[in-house]
Amino acid sequence: MRPLIVIRRVPKIDFMRWHHFGFAFSALLSVLTVVLFLTQGLNYGIDFVGGTLIEARTQGPADLAAMRAKLDSLKLGEASLQQFGAANEVLIRLPQQPGGDAAQMQAVQKARDALGPGVEIRRTEVVGPSVGSELIRAGVLATVLALGAIMIYVWFRFEWQFGVGATVATLHDVITTVGLFAIFQLEFNLTTLAAILTIAGYSINDTVVIYDRVRESMRKHRTMPFRDLINLALNETLSRTILTVSTVALAVLALLIFGGEVLRGFSIAMLWGIVIGTYSSLFIAAPILYYVQPNRRAIAKEAAAEPRAERAAR
Amino acid sequence: MLYFANWKVLLICAVCLAGVLFSVPNLFTQAQLSHLPEFVPHKQVALGLDLRGGSYLLLEVDFAKAQQEHLNTVIDSVRNALRDAKIGYTGLEVQGDAITFTIRDTARIDDARQALAKIDPELTVQIAPDGAGTLKLNDAAMQQRRRQAVDQSIEIIRRRIDETGTKEPTIQREGSDRILVQLPGVDNPEHVKALLGRTAKLTFQLVDQSASVEDARRGRMPAGDAILPAVSEGRGQSSGASSYLVKKRVMVGGDTLVDAQATFQNNEPVVSFRFDGVGARRFGDATRENVGKPFAIVLDDKVISAPVIREPITGGSGIISGSFTVQSASDLALLLRAGALPAPITILEERSVGPDLGADSIHAGTVASIVGVALVIVFMVLFYGLFGVFADIALFFNLCLMLAALSVLGGTLTLPGIAGIALTMGMAVDANVLIYERIKEELRGGRSMLSSLDAGFTRAFGTILDSHVTTLVAGVLLYWLGSGPIKGFAVTLSIGVLTSLFSAILVTRLLIVTWVRQLKPKEIPL
Repeated sequence: MRPLIVIRRVPKIDFMRWHHFGFAFSALLSVLTVVLFLTQGLNYGIDFVGGTLIEARTQGPADLAAMRAKLDSLKLGEASLQQFGAANEVLIRLPQQPGGDAAQMQAVQKARDALGPGVEIRRTEVVGPSVGSELIRAGVLATVLALGAIMIYVWFRFEWQFGVGATVATLHDVITTVGLFAIFQLEFNLTTLAAILTIAGYSINDTVVIYDRVRESMRKHRTMPFRDLINLALNETLSRTILTVSTVALAVLALLIFGGEVLRGFSIAMLWGIVIGTYSSLFIAAPILYYVQPNRRAIAKEAAAEPRAERAAR
Repeated sequence: MLYFANWKVLLICAVCLAGVLFSVPNLFTQAQLSHLPEFVPHKQVALGLDLRGGSYLLLEVDFAKAQQEHLNTVIDSVRNALRDAKIGYTGLEVQGDAITFTIRDTARIDDARQALAKIDPELTVQIAPDGAGTLKLNDAAMQQRRRQAVDQSIEIIRRRIDETGTKEPTIQREGSDRILVQLPGVDNPEHVKALLGRTAKLTFQLVDQSASVEDARRGRMPAGDAILPAVSEGRGQSSGASSYLVKKRVMVGGDTLVDAQATFQNNEPVVSFRFDGVGARRFGDATRENVGKPFAIVLDDKVISAPVIREPITGGSGIISGSFTVQSASDLALLLRAGALPAPITILEERSVGPDLGADSIHAGTVASIVGVALVIVFMVLFYGLFGVFADIALFFNLCLMLAALSVLGGTLTLPGIAGIALTMGMAVDANVLIYERIKEELRGGRSMLSSLDAGFTRAFGTILDSHVTTLVAGVLLYWLGSGPIKGFAVTLSIGVLTSLFSAILVTRLLIVTWVRQLKPKEIPL
């Protein structure tokens, strides 16, 4: 049984020619993210800022105006109502109530009573102010730790120059994913954070594949100009870069289409992260090596020891 | 590479078989499972509250409040100790987590220190040269009290929740002073929240008739008295007064109750209670000495009612009547039976999911996973033919192993957890892609078939390991960071990364080796 689709030839794309555009584009995206983050901010979900979230289902299409009027009469602050999937499903958000943790808990019951028995309450989430700020702290900490751990690992497995490239690329993926949420004001909640951490762990994969090949080529082609060598490594690994990303993208696409509203934010973040992660491996992580120049002689020296170690490992 | 030791083959097959065996129970309903024979595994993956419906509450024990109360009881001993040693002092009071005071005569600071040190070894005494002193719980005692308060709270919360008839609640400590409560099947936890929000500290105290509430408010508060408000809930005011002047000294505490039941008296809902031996004797003595005077029944610093003692109550039982509804009477009885919380509890976080939404989520998650896996399977066959089929077989075992690991280890499957499964299915075949691409490359480079296969597996291994480790790092950090559903994602992601390392490398290799040995192919169909 033979494959139906075969990629036979190794492509000859001059990636290095485009790397200035890549750097410029990524720098622009990153700066835009930072600016948006500082001016507009993120649309934080209640996980982080506290408040109340109610997912309700009405009999027949939801009358948002009427529901809003009912909630506004409670004086619980500005309620945000939003259609959520089907026409009869509504997502209601109430802001953080003054008066600490106890006040949040009362708000949800008032809202339940105000909406009346005709509305089915499918989900409620109430997060007090103390938990929200803890989660922000823990989230930032976890992301920083993840980046740090990955950098150390890559440094440990390769030379430090590779570590720099991998970290910049991963940081870029994380920042631009946050940027996506800032530009479109998508809700940024705990699931989004989970997606971002997963992206940090996953987007490094194709970078590692490429770096592996760069290192291998450095041993094999000792005299080849480094620029050509990077191009060669990128082209040789291009098919596997695209194929590995495709399989994960397929799985995420299925989640995006069929996984329901709750997973939507997660799937969008993952999909974007996978695409941008591939782009950054090709146009950021690899070209950076050209500027930080790993020590070719040291790597070539290792080459003599390596095959023996490989044999021993078997 | 062609050589696979027999024990290795056996081990790989055994692991795969175990994976299938332990994941199979998830295909059946509970009812069907009960018909299966004993030796078949019965453990299923536990569903998280977001899938089965239920409520998740994160509580915090307000330890500072409990500590303050404790210090309030210590303050009397401090007063006595200083008085007995004839040491003058001013400003003795509880401030935050310490008792503060000032010794008048700075020459007697050492005496004061000695006198105070005898009160309680748990207390640390500090007196500055100017006479300003503090008395604090030492760190060890504080930690022990904190632990005790949380342990006790957990026990009492469990009793209260059990009394409401909630099935299979999970109540566990979270961090140092938090408690996580999970209530499957409860989608509106208002009643539980109302029950947990009350400390339920019941005391019987005498009403001080020597002064009126108004006098006391105007500043003529008799020593050792306090003004307590009347309970305002229930069916309006029936007993008249809106607040009472009550002696602080407790006649009898609710901790001596052994039983409480909601019943009716003159068609009014009331709560009847019974004391244990000690409580009964104390209550009997107190009522004997105070016949004709009113006493207050105080719950959480509010007066439920203040009946007049007509005769000594020596039977060890009594009735609390107030303006109860049937519900509030039965709630109070429940709270009294379960006991008082050692410290007030705050609800920090609440997440509830209705059973319908849970079922919808299971459906959506399952459909998405099946479609995702199907797409990956087709993709692999399209690009790798027979080898794609091998990868797909390995993928099947990977899925089984993941479910088996979740079932056996008692992991909880949440909606993000399902997303984690779908995601790792996509990532699992990445390893196969890396191996196969390498094999193709080696073939192109002119190597022989067998040596290409060999090189493909060995050379790709390092890369595969690297990528798995980085994803695992993210998974572990997520587990540490996340709560509830996110933890579920971290669990499936991490398990999936580990099982895929086994399936994509060992299982695929075994399949290919068997294929080479049995069919002796002339070339590799890549």
